[in-house]
Parts: sequence; C-alpha cells; structure tokens
Amino acid sequence: MEKVTININGADYSAEVEPRLLLVHFIRENANLTGTHVGCDTTSCGACTILLDGKPVKSCTMFAVQANGKHLTTVEGLAQNGKLSPVQEGFHEKHGLQCGFCTPGMMLTSVAFLKKNPNPTEGEIRWAISGNLCRCTGYVNIVEAVKYAAEKMKESNQ
Amino acid sequence: MAEAMGFGHAVKRKEDARFLRGRGNYIEDIKLPGMLWLDIVRSPFAHAKIKSINKEKALATPGVAAVITGADLVPYKLEWMPTLMSDKQMVLPVDTVMYYAQEVAAVIATSRYAAADGVAAVEVDYEPLTPVLDPIKALEPGAPVIRFDRPEKTNRIWHWEVGDKAAVERELKNAAVTVAQDIYIPRIHVASIETCGCVADWDPVEGHLTLYMTTQAPHAIRTVVALVTGHLGLAEHKIRVISPDIGGGFGGKVPVYPGYVLATAASVLTGKPVKWIEDRSENLQADSFARDYHIHGELAATKDGKITAMKMGVVADHGAFDAAANPSKFPAGLFSIATGSYDFQKAFAQVDGVYTNKPPGGIAYRCSFRVTEAVHAIERMVDVLAHKLNMDPAELRAKNFIRPEQFPYKSALGWEYDSGNYQGALDKAKQIIGYDALRQEQKAKRARGELMGIGISTFTEIVGAGPSHTFDILGIKMFDSAEIRIHPTGKVIARFGTKSQGQGHETTYAQIIAEELGIPEEDIAVEEGDTDTAPYGLGTYASRSTPTAGAAAAIASRKIRDKSRKIAAHLLEAREDDLAWEKGKFFVKGAPDRAKTIQEIAFAAYTNHPLGMEAGLEAVDYYDPPNLTFPFGAYICVMDIDRGTGQVKIRRFVAVDDCGTIINPMIVDGQIAGGLTMGMAPALMEEIVYDDNGVNLTGSFSDYLLPDFERERRGVVVGRADNGWCAGIQREKTDERMCARAIRLSALHPLSAIYHAQRCGRF
Repeated sequence: MEKVTININGADYSAEVEPRLLLVHFIRENANLTGTHVGCDTTSCGACTILLDGKPVKSCTMFAVQANGKHLTTVEGLAQNGKLSPVQEGFHEKHGLQCGFCTPGMMLTSVAFLKKNPNPTEGEIRWAISGNLCRCTGYVNIVEAVKYAAEKMKESNQ
Repeated sequence: MAEAMGFGHAVKRKEDARFLRGRGNYIEDIKLPGMLWLDIVRSPFAHAKIKSINKEKALATPGVAAVITGADLVPYKLEWMPTLMSDKQMVLPVDTVMYYAQEVAAVIATSRYAAADGVAAVEVDYEPLTPVLDPIKALEPGAPVIRFDRPEKTNRIWHWEVGDKAAVERELKNAAVTVAQDIYIPRIHVASIETCGCVADWDPVEGHLTLYMTTQAPHAIRTVVALVTGHLGLAEHKIRVISPDIGGGFGGKVPVYPGYVLATAASVLTGKPVKWIEDRSENLQADSFARDYHIHGELAATKDGKITAMKMGVVADHGAFDAAANPSKFPAGLFSIATGSYDFQKAFAQVDGVYTNKPPGGIAYRCSFRVTEAVHAIERMVDVLAHKLNMDPAELRAKNFIRPEQFPYKSALGWEYDSGNYQGALDKAKQIIGYDALRQEQKAKRARGELMGIGISTFTEIVGAGPSHTFDILGIKMFDSAEIRIHPTGKVIARFGTKSQGQGHETTYAQIIAEELGIPEEDIAVEEGDTDTAPYGLGTYASRSTPTAGAAAAIASRKIRDKSRKIAAHLLEAREDDLAWEKGKFFVKGAPDRAKTIQEIAFAAYTNHPLGMEAGLEAVDYYDPPNLTFPFGAYICVMDIDRGTGQVKIRRFVAVDDCGTIINPMIVDGQIAGGLTMGMAPALMEEIVYDDNGVNLTGSFSDYLLPDFERERRGVVVGRADNGWCAGIQREKTDERMCARAIRLSALHPLSAIYHAQRCGRF
C-alpha cells in the first residue's frame, strides 16, 4: 500500500492505496467525486477526462500513485461560487448534452483547449475534442457549446 | 413569477443543472454501506462443454466472499430465466456454453479489484465444440442443433409471415420488370457510453429487494422479477426497482442480462448489497446486439416504374436465445412496415428467427421494433429498381408515393397510416440541398472519372406502441402513465411510467403540463424510474414515450382542469358553464377580471374546497393510444469518394422529418442530429465481427469504432417538415392522439441515404 495525497479542486485527499488503483477510482471512490465517469477502460472514450496540473488526461489510464502531489480539476471544480463556467453555460445554452454521461470529460477537454486556443475555428474545436466520444448528440451542439464558451470568455476578458 | 411556456418553445433543459455539475446519479454512483462487488467469469469459446469449474483458488483470494456457478443456481431453479419472447436464457450454464463471452461464473468480493482477482483465479476446464455461426447454414438440413434443451430439433426459432404470398408470386412472375437483391444489415451495438450495471440490496428481515438498475423499463422488470422469483418467496410489493440517471439506452437497457440476476442472487446469498458494473468489453461482447438481418428483397413494377408488388424474406440471426425485446405478438417486430411510403396492394414478408452461437439480442436500437430494418429493406429495393430502370431515384419514389388525399391509408400488410405528405417532404429536401444542380455536378464529375454519390431515403416509421388490443409485453398491455399532483402553493410533482435516458423527459413533460395547465415549467418537478412512487408503465424504448406517457400527462392535466373548474365556480360564485379557460386561469365569460388562477384554485383545493368535494388536486391517467403514429421524412446525402483510397467524405446531409406537434424544437433538433450520426456509423464504420471460431473481434472501442468529432459528417442542414402534415393532436380539441413523434428518431434512415450515396458513387 502506498500513501498518496492528491489535491482535487483545491482540497487535499489522502489515502493508503494499492499501487494498481486507477486514478479514476481514487477520484470516484476515495474522494467520492462521482462526476468523473468510466466509459471504456481503453483510453478511447474520454468520459474520465480530468485536468492534471491543467492538462487534460484520461484518468482511467493512470494510477493514483502517479498523481501523488498533483493538482486535479474535475467537473465538480468547474463552477465557481455557484456560477457556471463559460463552458458549462455553453453546454446548457446550446443543448450540448443529452444523457450527460460523456459531458464532464467533454467539458474538461474543452476548458483546457480554450485556455490554449481562445479563438478557435470549428475545425480546431473538432480536432481538439476528437478524443472524447458522445453517443447521443452527434456532436453538432457540442461544437456550438464550445464556440459559445469561447465567445463568452472573450467578452469577459474585455 | 416565471411564465408557462408550453409547446413550441426551446425551453432549456431542467435536467442539465445536475449533469453539468457532475451531480448526476448514475448506477455506478450508488454506494451502500457494506456493499460487495460482483465480477463475472466469461467463456473464451463460442461453443463448449464445461468439464469442470474449480473455485478453490478464487475462494482463497483475499477479499473474495463467494463464487457462484450454474450448478449452484440449480437448487433454486435460477440457472435459466425466461425471456420476453417466450424463450428462455441461461443465467449461468450448467454444462454447455453457447457464445463467446457468455457468463460462466460470478465472483463476489469486498472490492472491485478483489473481485477481478477472483475472476482470474477461477479455473474452468472446457471441451470446445464446433460453433454454428452462419444463420443461413444453421437452417440447412443436417446442421448441428445448438439448443439441446428444446424439444424442436432445429435451429429455427420461429417462422413469421404476413401478406398474400400467392398474389405476390403471380405478380412477380407476370410483371414487366422485376428486381431482386440480397441486403445484409450487420450486427451492431448500441454502445451507450455508460455500460450496464446494478446494485441489488436484499433485506432478509423484511424480505424486501431494492434493485437499482440500468433499465429503460423499471415496472416491467419489477413484475418479471416477481414472476421469476415467486417460488423463492419474493413478492411484487416487496420489490422496488429504481432506475437512476441512465447514461444512454438506445434499446440496450431493455433486456434482462444475467449480471442483474447474479447480483440479486448474490445479495440474497450474502445478505449484503452487491454491485455489478460491466466493463466495455463485456458490454460489446455479451450484451444485446441490434439488426443482423439477412434480407432478400424483390419488387415487381411496370415498365414506367409503378411498383406493383413487394416480397421480403429475412433470416434473422438471434444468437443462442431469443431475448429480443419485441411486443409479444410480433417476433419480427414491426417489420411489416416494409411497404414504406409507397402505394401498392400486393405484398408479402416473412422472417425466420434462427439460433446461432452468438449473444442474444435483436433490440429496437434507436428506433421502433425492427423498423430500421424494414425501412432500409424497402429503400434499398427502390434504389435497385431505379438503377435497373435507369430512372432518377427521386422520380421513381415520386411515382409511387401514397398521396396526401389517400390518408388514412391501409397498407398492403395491414397498418392504417394516419397521415403523410411524402412528396412534400422529398421536395423540401431536394430544394434545401439543391438536388438538380447536384445531379448535374455528378454527371460532370463522372465524365471526368471522379466519384460522387447522392443518396435518398424517404421513409415511413411506425412508433408509439401501442394500442392495447394488439400490443403487449408478457401480457401487460403497452399503455403508459402519468400522475400529476398539484401542491397547495401551485407547484407540481409529476411522475411517469417511462424512463428518460437523455431524451429530456423532465423538460418535455413539464412543457406538456405547462401547456395544459398554464403552470410554469420551473414549478413542475418530473420524476421517473422509481417503481415505489411512479405509476405503472411500460418504459421508454421504440419511440413511444411522448406519444403514450406524454399523452397521459395531457389527459391527466385535463382531469385536473375539470376539477379546477368546479373549484373556480365555487370561489367565483358562478356557474361552471359561465366560466372560460385561458392558459392558467378560469374567468367569468364577459367579465375577465373575475378570474381565479390555477395557483389560487390549487390553494383552495386544500383550504376552501366546496362542501362535499374531495380535497386535493391530482389525477392519474393510463393512456392507451387508439393507433400507432406514422412519422415520415426524406433524407438526402451527398458524398465524394476518393477513387484511389476509397475514402468517403460526406459533403452534405439534409434531413426533413415529420415531427408532429413539436413540443421542444431544441430537443427535437438534438435528437435528429444524434440519430443522423448513429445512422451514419453502421453505413461507414460500425460492425460486430466474429472470427471463424465465433470469437468477437470488436470487443473494445479500439476495434468497434464509434463516430468521433472528426468522423462526424459535416454541413448538415436540418429542415423540419410542416406541423400541418401531422394529423395528430389538435391541441385544443380533446382528440387524444398525441402525436409528438420526435423522441429518439430512427437512426438508420441516414444509413440508407449514405449507403445509396456510396452505391451511386460507385456505379
């Protein structure tokens, strides 16, 4: 067993864990943050995407011990002071979600992408999010949601 | 106060609030004190004898509490379970495995990881048998019969047919033009991003079972569990099925999988809650498939292209057990809609269900029962005929469409179509996409040796099952239900027998009640999925929820309005006849200032109701639709194909859908966009593939390719058909034919259009 301390959304979570414990299971079961989902186990679907020190990673393909001492952001950390982030707002306004299962991973990938590229084209959005799968929406409204968020972020920066 | 929006408004979804914050409550999020984990040992062979199972090492694995095999279930008569189609299915095999990845044993342990360790430690000794994989060969004389348990010594499960075979044969013999074509719709998988699972919680003191479960039909499950376990002492009033938030269903969460039964048995065995969550490979390899129809189609026509007869023969691969989810009287679902949008009176269709050594299934994947199969069959045949006649496929369709004045139209195979404007839909699609110019461009490109395809699909669906005289599941009529309670402060709780899986029921149903009662959507809470609280219903699949439970909401609302009128008359000291209703209030005719709002009436229903009247303001309705509804549409796809690489680029896709009365245009558009992508997938990339030994080669998302952002088609224009084309609900009339058709529109129409485009590109 290994002792790990991982900071998630600003709070430290410490536990004795097996070295083989996947990060996503640490998040869901040790930290009790169930917004991060498991969809495929093969790094294909991206439902488990979280931000690790700001970078999007698929938390089903990383061990909890590898994240020891790191800072994570999960979907529970997106809204600030009860206010939805621009990406969350975009998904709501543009009907970018249906069953909601892929949504947390989709939004975290979008957040990291828009930080790097605040002024994206549609093609860049599609490329950036092509590691996340959605079965309900056909992606049309997800692209619209990301565009909405980009606009919203530009407005608030002005 | 917020305003009641009602129909036709793009009301933002109520359910989004929790999903956007990671506060959804999906099956894997449910944790109970002392909960154990269940994992499953699966067969590496498609067909094999089990010589022995050794549990010893597994039981010695740290954390493992128990191992369950088929033999362990025999004393409880639980090694088999009934299916919805009057067949039975193994929960665990006692001595023979029937398909690759079939459940062979269950391991129960204190953690997910310990259970997986236990699975790895179970030793099973198999003697491989030759698998039967080809359903057509399975029907040949002398083919090995795989279902040893049945008295019938054949792999044919059933034969179903409809229509006038002799008349069709005569017509095919005498017609000026005939075409014949084999069409295979591959085995595919719904692959919802959330897999299946459950938490079974048995209370030995109370003899009570709570089953949290990824199910699209919680009440039906409760009744099935009661019927299957009655001999063990479970009774329906002590079974509570809770279907929490569902991460996509698409028909894949209708069937009962062995894992659910095993978790329940394990909870009874251990006295603790037991969780089972399948992984993606288990989901793709063992859960219910869709399609897998081997179709042979024939059409007869006149020289100028008037279709005179249709014949369809299907061999349906059902896998090792018939565990499809069709209404009882329809083993081949509603395949008899295969006459499509066309006017001819001689038709015959037959389907043979066949056992093979593959997983069971045959679910209604993002469509009504086998309707996608029927649509693709007729649309493909019409294109084959157009090719033979060297006629524009749009022109051939136009020549054969049922005309608007022919409705209600009795189809050759017995359905009464309610309404349609097929030519109108096709014209609209052609106009949006610029059909004539595209044909010219195609001609020019072909002259240069370039490949460009234009594919058309003009479909008629059959949804909203269904009228109780024809439709039942295990004898339970296919009504659906709504229960509406208005609280004293005018706020509402409404509960339904259906179960949303992303369709947005919480919003759509609130809009129906808002439309009928004038109460703002934000004051209406919608609940589904808990059998202890929701009225009995048959669940959500086959595009049925809004036409059945949505209609029930409208009618329950009208019952509430009837009582409200009496209360308003009492409060206003007026005669009931002198009152008029305007969204949200009753007023005295000619004196609009003398009015009582629905909220004031609700308060009075608990504080100041007339003497002799029951207190309260609530109603329940179990809605039995008089007919199905028959939505239609026209899809056109344009693609370029690279002659060197075969790469397909979809340039544009136009979908015109008859949506009936549109309740929420935002949700309708979202459903269409999702259906288009799902329809594109089997045309271009998705298929479950087996090797010669029956081993599934597409058991992960690395092999079973889902469309992603990059592969998704571009440049889609969604044009909605006119509401006026729908003969369904007249909102202010008490006509009870709720015709909101557009929840989870069929996925395969795009397949036909894309497939046709590919074909057109090649030839």
